[in-house]
Amino acid sequence: MPTVRINDENVTFNEGATVVDAVAQTTGRELTAEGKPADGGRLGVAVALAEEVVPRSRWAGVELSEGDQLEIVTAVQGG
Amino acid sequence: MADMSLPPLQIGGYSLESRLIMGTGGITDLAALEAALVQSGTTLTTVAMRRYSPETKTSVFSMLERLGIDVLPNTAGCYTVRDTLLTAELAREALETDLIKVEVIADEHTLLPDVIETLEATEQLAERGFTPLVYTTDDPAAARRLESAGAAAVMPLGSPIGTGLGILNPHNIELICSRASVPVVLDAGIGTASEAAAAIELGCDAVLVASAVTRAQDPTAMAEGMRLAVEAGFHSARAGRIPKRQHALASSPMEGRIDLT
Repeated sequence: MPTVRINDENVTFNEGATVVDAVAQTTGRELTAEGKPADGGRLGVAVALAEEVVPRSRWAGVELSEGDQLEIVTAVQGG
Repeated sequence: MADMSLPPLQIGGYSLESRLIMGTGGITDLAALEAALVQSGTTLTTVAMRRYSPETKTSVFSMLERLGIDVLPNTAGCYTVRDTLLTAELAREALETDLIKVEVIADEHTLLPDVIETLEATEQLAERGFTPLVYTTDDPAAARRLESAGAAAVMPLGSPIGTGLGILNPHNIELICSRASVPVVLDAGIGTASEAAAAIELGCDAVLVASAVTRAQDPTAMAEGMRLAVEAGFHSARAGRIPKRQHALASSPMEGRIDLT
């Protein structure tokens, strides 16, 4: 069971879990395999793994490995 | 009455309907922010990119989407080309827009742009297919270099972020505008509506206002003031002002005056 760092916090997932699972767990939203909210609308979230953006279309294909560093970001007030 | 509606502004491939770009920082009450944004008539509004947290969720993004206002993600908080590029890529992926407000600051005390890093970031972002709107100093030479590097718009500061000191070097702003072949957006430093009007009169195509509205005692009233100021500035700039003179020039005839003896 891989433990990964998401936004500087350790989270443990089941074997075979992917980036989709990481995003679903962090946002508390149910996601489709395409990384879209199951209840429609836009998610407004992006993921970087080891400082590289993982496009939404590839979330389901990227399995989490022990020690992965993920950044999960969204828009906040600013500017 | 003549149709005096303002034409949209073309920034790269993007058509900006309102020349008042708004920011969303500096206010905690989301309902008050929403009221101010609606009153301002803005069609493009900045957001920052930060780690997802249960508190922030995606509320600003959802609100802007609901209001039909386009998002302009910024790279606020970035100091280097490297973090600027990653922030921009994350913004494009999360918000599905090529627009990016490039903001690379030198230090947290002045929040002044680091023009060297900004130039490099602009070049790379343009190569990667972004539409960079670039926050910069009021240096006319820097503005031209950014334009050559691929800036879709240059956004010189009037004065440092959040100071409300207005336009400290109007001559430079005018010079930037007169030589630019991309839109110029006055960014940062505006404190009140007359300064937004002045920016447009100096030749700016649009203004970006955040703190002046969100930190005003009545944000909605200030949003209305800013909206009107941008329109007023646009019309007066287009109208062609009278030349300044040393001495008075009467506007009433001297002939036919009554004669009291």
